[in-house]
Amino acid sequence: MGKLTWDAIPLHEPIPLVAAAVVLAVIAGLGVMVTAKGWWTALWRDWITTVDHKRIGVMYVMLALVMLVRGFVDALMMRSQLALAAGHGQGYLPPAHYDQIFSAHGTIMIFFVAMAFMVGLMNFAVPLQIGARDVAFPVLNSVSFWLTAAGVLLTNVSLVVGEFARTGWLAYPPLSELAYSPGVGVDYWLWSLQISGVGTLLSGINLTTTILKLRAPGMGYGRMPIFTWTALASNMLIVAAFPILTATLGMLLLDRYLGFHFFTNELGGNAMMYVNLIWAWGHPEVYILILPAFGIFSEVIATFSGKPLFGYRSMAAATLGISVVSFMVWLHHFFTMGAGADVNAFFGIATSIIAIPTGVKIFNWLFTMYGGTLRFEVPMLWAIGFILTFVIGGATGVMLALPPADFQLHNSLFLVAHFHNVIIGGVVFGAFAGYTYWFPKAFGFRLHDGLGRAVFWCWFVGFWLAFLPLYVLGLAGATRRMQHYPAETGWQPLMVIALVGALVILAGLVLTVVQLVVSVRARERLRDASGDPWDGRTLEWSTASPPPAWNFAALPMVSSLDAFWEAKRCHGGVVPSAPGEGGRTLHLPRPSALGFVVAFFAFVGGFALVWHVWWLALVGLGGCVAAGLARAWQVEHEFEVDPDVAGART
Amino acid sequence: MNAATHAIEEVEIPISERGPAPRKVIVGYGFWLFLLSDIIVFSALFAAYAVLSGRTADGPTGVQLFHRRQVLVETGCLLASSFTCALMALAIEQRRRGLMVIGAIAMFALGAAFLGLELTELAGMIARGAGPDRSAFLSAFFALVGMHGLHVAIGLAWLVSMVAQVFTLGWREMVVDRLACFSLFWHALDIVWIGVFTIVYLGAR
Repeated sequence: MGKLTWDAIPLHEPIPLVAAAVVLAVIAGLGVMVTAKGWWTALWRDWITTVDHKRIGVMYVMLALVMLVRGFVDALMMRSQLALAAGHGQGYLPPAHYDQIFSAHGTIMIFFVAMAFMVGLMNFAVPLQIGARDVAFPVLNSVSFWLTAAGVLLTNVSLVVGEFARTGWLAYPPLSELAYSPGVGVDYWLWSLQISGVGTLLSGINLTTTILKLRAPGMGYGRMPIFTWTALASNMLIVAAFPILTATLGMLLLDRYLGFHFFTNELGGNAMMYVNLIWAWGHPEVYILILPAFGIFSEVIATFSGKPLFGYRSMAAATLGISVVSFMVWLHHFFTMGAGADVNAFFGIATSIIAIPTGVKIFNWLFTMYGGTLRFEVPMLWAIGFILTFVIGGATGVMLALPPADFQLHNSLFLVAHFHNVIIGGVVFGAFAGYTYWFPKAFGFRLHDGLGRAVFWCWFVGFWLAFLPLYVLGLAGATRRMQHYPAETGWQPLMVIALVGALVILAGLVLTVVQLVVSVRARERLRDASGDPWDGRTLEWSTASPPPAWNFAALPMVSSLDAFWEAKRCHGGVVPSAPGEGGRTLHLPRPSALGFVVAFFAFVGGFALVWHVWWLALVGLGGCVAAGLARAWQVEHEFEVDPDVAGART
Repeated sequence: MNAATHAIEEVEIPISERGPAPRKVIVGYGFWLFLLSDIIVFSALFAAYAVLSGRTADGPTGVQLFHRRQVLVETGCLLASSFTCALMALAIEQRRRGLMVIGAIAMFALGAAFLGLELTELAGMIARGAGPDRSAFLSAFFALVGMHGLHVAIGLAWLVSMVAQVFTLGWREMVVDRLACFSLFWHALDIVWIGVFTIVYLGAR
């Protein structure tokens, strides 16, 4: 069994064991419930093997929410440790465990929460917005989702079998090399990200092709909804940036497994090359996350202002501008690592330039609201909260972009406060706005309004309580990844305030779950029969809620921006059908177990490689290849459905 | 529809507004995007090679290790296999299975010859103590050349599977689309190899 022995189970550490017991109990409980209700067949047929982009989108979002809880528990542990660990107080987390927690927190929050949430929302909304029946490659879409889930599972298995990386979320060498991290933690990190990274890349290819090749008749680039524009930019960035991540992690794997010397201290290795490569992926990654969030806010603000988006063209141009410049700023993540004044100046200026298109966007949103008929529904609260929060996060970002200032602020809690300011204030707020906005489209009933407001206020207030102190602490010299500090620094009161902020966010998270449960129970009261609960502007609101598997019985004919708004104004709310559409049977893709099977074997292979169980790794690889070959010889990919008959039944 | 009205339609509706593309176009487009992403993987490996090519750690250098004549033969095999790949594409267009198989066999032989020569070269280097663990330069070399070789090996396996698909499934649309993707893949490997040959072997110092 390679390196795998019973010693891998940390029997002497209570925290991971209790956590694992809770997780296993929840899974067992769910299993019992599904068995008792006889849902296994439906679960397999309608969810696990589904190739419907809407259901896959929903599963991505569910995965992201579950992982948000996991990542947040890590955050809470770090905040409580630092509230306690001043002077003689050592807190309750020894350094080796604390290091795993901040590494897992960063990895999980970026790859499995922010990424999964955004990919899920794009998966759900983009085909509906462009008037398509599904994505370009529906089965591949399922493969992408399940590979992401396999990466998630591998990361979480590390909690009880072995350990996770102690290297920070980007695992800089030489620390992450075998010489300094001989355990399996870095290997878990590497294989989780390789497996889920392939899923993300395939999803990027899929959605880019979908947007460029499957738009409804008449939807030229000037009529594409703005969220679709931002999704296009984001997915093109995925296609361009994720291969760099794959290659870089591949090089580190070769170093660790086959004795290569890409990033080692010995025999000519160059650790700085890793830092450059990882950020050549990492900076575009930030925009992969934030651009769809910008798109969600644009849709939300236009809808709840009852006005077309101000400056649609400049918004699309700014989005593409940001995605181009995003590849020219990576060095600002390591100004202090010796590139020299000229290089730093170039990257400092390039970074500051990003503030210009972003500023254009902020003004576009403000002018969209100006003179509009504002409705302060929950998605709009998130959008306004975002504008306030993000402007401050952007301003501290420009501060960090100035190399002289960065030399003072680098690796401090000021930096931690900054990137949480933009990622929570931007991506998480955007994710919640999109979740609330599209929930009624996905399920046919709204989320509970009052609880939604409470969730927003908890996050908004909790965020500022938790992170304003970190700005101050960072300016005072507190470094990131610090597990303990001297009492005479006087930092403890601010650390306690930050913990209080985290507890307020915890209340928001609990209320999110409560809101979901309450809304499902009160679904008849919250039911939306119209399919258009928010008086929307784009095509997704023109079809039923939840939409039928085929989205549109007849493909719409688009003749303007905001096609559904136009239809409500001029055609009595009915979007005209494209010529030759309607009244005929449709061909829909059959469900496929390919994604689930491939991901299962990828997980087995990844786990085997972490523990050097070579025969099992071959089983994993062989399983993936066999599943692919079985798929290649499958001939029946579609089934026929008559929307009129099936529509009447559902 | 006569030619004149057809021409008018072409002018009036921009490509971007004509609605969903045919299946063949969608499949080809998606595969092009995949190839671009694959080429970005290679460009990261090229970048690593450029950074590390001088870092020989007092070990052997490229000039001492490479046999350019053998690599030239290797290159000839790979380029010739692309020519046979193009001939195979012609046979597929005319749905002539026999001709396609001849093209595929020639292609497989040339591709396997390329791989065989490459493996001999790499094995010889490892036997001389110039393996990837000797220096950062050799790490970057083995990763770049090995990655290309791995792609060629996958391509050959894919070729076998495609021939089997043509025999068992016939000229279905999905099989023909896959053959088109395969041909794109094989030609892309040629382009990458031109980069390897020029930068790694001809550029060796």
